[in-house]
Amino acid sequence: MVDVIVITGRTTDQGVTIDEKLSEEYVKAVAFCEMNEDDMRTIGVREGEKVKVKTDFGEVVLFAKKAVIKDLELPKGVVFIPMGPYANQVVGRSTGSGTPQFKGVRGTVKPVQEDIKPVEELLKVVK
Amino acid sequence: MKNAICTFCGNACDDIEFDDFTGKNLCPLGEAKFATKQRIEGPIVNGERVSYEEAIDKAVEILVNAKRPLLYGFASTVNEAIRLGIILAEKLGGIYDQCSSVCHAPSTLAMIEEGIPGGTLGQAKNRADVVVFWGCNPVEAHPRHPSRYSVMARGFLTKGRQYRHAIVVDVRKTATTYLATEFYQIKPGYDYAVFSALRSIINGHDEAVPDEVGGMSKEKLTELADILVNGKYGVIFYGLGLTHTRGQDRNVENLVKLVQMLNRRTRYIVQPMRGHFNVVGASAVAAWEAGYEYAIDFSRGYSRFFPSEFTAVEALIRRDCDAALIIASDPAAHFPKRAVERLTEIPVIQIDPHPNVTTLIADIVIPSALVGIEAEGTIYRMDGIPLRVKKLKETEYWSDYEILKLMLDKVVRLKGE
Repeated sequence: MVDVIVITGRTTDQGVTIDEKLSEEYVKAVAFCEMNEDDMRTIGVREGEKVKVKTDFGEVVLFAKKAVIKDLELPKGVVFIPMGPYANQVVGRSTGSGTPQFKGVRGTVKPVQEDIKPVEELLKVVK
Repeated sequence: MKNAICTFCGNACDDIEFDDFTGKNLCPLGEAKFATKQRIEGPIVNGERVSYEEAIDKAVEILVNAKRPLLYGFASTVNEAIRLGIILAEKLGGIYDQCSSVCHAPSTLAMIEEGIPGGTLGQAKNRADVVVFWGCNPVEAHPRHPSRYSVMARGFLTKGRQYRHAIVVDVRKTATTYLATEFYQIKPGYDYAVFSALRSIINGHDEAVPDEVGGMSKEKLTELADILVNGKYGVIFYGLGLTHTRGQDRNVENLVKLVQMLNRRTRYIVQPMRGHFNVVGASAVAAWEAGYEYAIDFSRGYSRFFPSEFTAVEALIRRDCDAALIIASDPAAHFPKRAVERLTEIPVIQIDPHPNVTTLIADIVIPSALVGIEAEGTIYRMDGIPLRVKKLKETEYWSDYEILKLMLDKVVRLKGE
């Protein structure tokens, strides 16, 4: 398990699939956790394996992804989740402005064997 | 059709050529927008297909009988429809809120405090010799921004990228870093401190600045301060890296103070990188209709603005609304978990062209025409420039305006003027 700061945000793939949220492509575009390679080595997880991200606000299972696009990598101890229903399981509350804290939430990441929930299950539709 | 406007992001690029199926000059996001995709086939009430009139009747019944309905969304539709949404919220004694409240709303709070030294994207293109991207990633979120308005744009006075500093400040390297002449990495949540350090240095009090602030060495801070001060015309574009992280509105406030200070020496403007093509309209129209931009409650018969209580997320978490009309937005995908949980408990009416996560929890789904492709109207680009989006092809779908117009007429008939 590593301690991390969770940030969320837009990506091109998230934007391209935004009008097709019930498709597999959308889930592929948003259900991952980008991590620094060293952090992945510390917890013993490889690209494509699953991790659980946990914060004070919730937890979510995601695919682990190495944060390297060419030479671009995340700093150690920071993970990135694309904005969407998966990221929103762990984002923070507003601290008075009315806008939730979508970035800079403290949490932990550990490897798990669990499945990634479909969007429908995340909603816990009670109706 | 030439000079069509792309209705995806806040760039609102107005040079699109559209030939009924595909568009030219589009970025990947615009291509996806103009591509043929799955649509909601027709109005649905509790799983059954009905006519538009029947769906609107049912929706009005829910809204009129609610104690305090929430009307939320509006960032991806036209000003004419937004105006009707605000009037509808007033007649219903409900809450009007829009996508800014999970996005750039802290910028609004900062601008209420400090004002905005603003300008247009045209000024950035034609004049800027220093372009700063702070906590934003236009290459992925506003892909044509660098070529049309900022880094590479050839303007009247600044003729392209070799004459510009392109500075990126972020907590990580992003795709935008490739365009940067200088990249400064700071620690998450330290933007406020870095702005304060820059202000101290520019103000001549560099002795007050410690050796390291927010992950940036004093040397780097001084280097950045020098580039900023020596610019003839600078534009600081900033994104959700400021409004979504620790400090929120205070980060933007401190940035505005930095820009005010720079304006004593040279000329600088600040511009938020707004997400949806008309999220500015969802603020501006509300401001001229009700006096406030978002988080507006009409339950007392007049408009009240209180962001920590009346934003959609807060109203949902506090269980302060008992029905929701969602238009041109997908809160079930983009709100924190606890707010979505409340949304699954109350009646939800959705107006949207595409099935999305909110569709899964909506009781009434009313499909609408695609703004800028099947429906026309006025929008505001991210810098507040009004543009007329065109209707490029015919459709059977009703526009947001038509749906809200009939809804409002029926509400007025039931509740009186």
